[in-house]
Amino acid sequence: MTRRRVVVTGLGATTPLGGDVSSTWEALLAGKSGVRKLEDEWAQTASVTFAARVAVDPSEVMERVEMRRLDRSEQFAMIASREAWKDAGSPDIDKERLGVVIASGIGGVITMLDQYDVLKEKGARFVSPHTVPMLMPNGPAANVGLELQARAGVHTPVSACASGAEAAGYALEMIRNNRADIVVTGGVEAAIHELPMSGFASMKALSTRNDDPAKASRPYDKDRDGFVLGEGGGVLVFEELEHAKARGAKIYAEVMGQGLTSDGYHIAAPDPEGQGVTRAVKLALADAGIPLSEIVHLNAHATSTPAGDVAEANALANALGSDISHVAVSATKSMTGHLLGGAGAIESIFCVLAMYHHKAPPTINIENLDEAVTVDVVRDVPRDLPQGSIACLNDSFGFGGHNVVLVFRSYEG
Amino acid sequence: MALTVDVVLAGIKEIVVEVAGIDAGIIAMDKKFTDDLDVDSLSMVEVVVAAEEKFGVKIPDEEVTKMATVGDAVNFIVANGK
Repeated sequence: MTRRRVVVTGLGATTPLGGDVSSTWEALLAGKSGVRKLEDEWAQTASVTFAARVAVDPSEVMERVEMRRLDRSEQFAMIASREAWKDAGSPDIDKERLGVVIASGIGGVITMLDQYDVLKEKGARFVSPHTVPMLMPNGPAANVGLELQARAGVHTPVSACASGAEAAGYALEMIRNNRADIVVTGGVEAAIHELPMSGFASMKALSTRNDDPAKASRPYDKDRDGFVLGEGGGVLVFEELEHAKARGAKIYAEVMGQGLTSDGYHIAAPDPEGQGVTRAVKLALADAGIPLSEIVHLNAHATSTPAGDVAEANALANALGSDISHVAVSATKSMTGHLLGGAGAIESIFCVLAMYHHKAPPTINIENLDEAVTVDVVRDVPRDLPQGSIACLNDSFGFGGHNVVLVFRSYEG
Repeated sequence: MALTVDVVLAGIKEIVVEVAGIDAGIIAMDKKFTDDLDVDSLSMVEVVVAAEEKFGVKIPDEEVTKMATVGDAVNFIVANGK
């Protein structure tokens, strides 16, 4: 039996660059930064005073009563999935063949902390009955599944900053394994709060460039000093190819494969040799079964940390050998900040659009390229990719040593 | 202010509008929380806690389970309030 093929038929997002996919993509190609000084009172005295909040707050597009029952991460999931589902043409499908796989790195941490404040200030009786459904990490997936009445399965992989990519890989397998014909997949994160930011700052993981937030996220630059926390999320509609063709759906790209490995090295630091990354890339390429000559683009994890960016670039070069020479590498976190569990999802959307439009988005804020970075980085302005059949990689890594690599290919009909 | 039926009903309306987001005009003594006003079991807890705070009255859990309609809640609060 030939393997069931999976294509992307819908996209949705709410990011620091825009409230939907088209505004996000436009800002991305224009090289805009979504990083800003935080207005929150707690942030004024924090060691890090900036982050990448969503460009359009949920309150601008969502009813108040719906908002109060949803954690901010769940709000992002609903907003992005509604856009993606509509973009896919709101397909009429047997709900037992419809799945949802939406990840979050941290879950409803803001709800948990806010309700803890209520508990301490007013007492246990005043803790909201919505607290648990709002803080559970599967809440975003569950709410989307409920709205779409998905009955093939609703899932939430949790692997820190690799979560969104792992969700896409899970969705791919759900369709390949014939559990579903359509899977709504993605990742979200809403963790811009005093506590998680303090935790990341204590790890020395965050950039402290408080005097110039828009320049703080600078993957591959010599003076990079950590990542910038972002929020938001992205959702993609994955669909079995024949199912999509039969209903005349718009096809953005094909999902070709995934590679998953783990480092077994350190709870937070990347393996400097990047062996786990190299293996994940090789596994993903083997799963995709396409010639290396077709790989022309890569959306890197590159978070702007001193150790991570170089280890990743070296691992990619090792995995691709001489074929790395025709790969245009983009580090879009330079503009969006790092959406943690949402990162792999929005970057998958960027890969899909790069394949669809044959255009790689830029990397901004590189003033002095780190000499240790030998890959071909797309700097400052977008770059046209070759016509014809092309493919790209999206790699994502998470604290805990999780490595996920996805392969997307242009769909030529 | 004395807790008359009119006063309590007006207060309950405010709470249900806040919790369930429905039009105050359709909230009346004979309306059922679940079937008519989209107040599910979780949201009912919110209504009860808000009502306790607003009217300074304790509503035991066993009473909450008996409150099917807005009128049930209003009458309990009028009867047990100060």
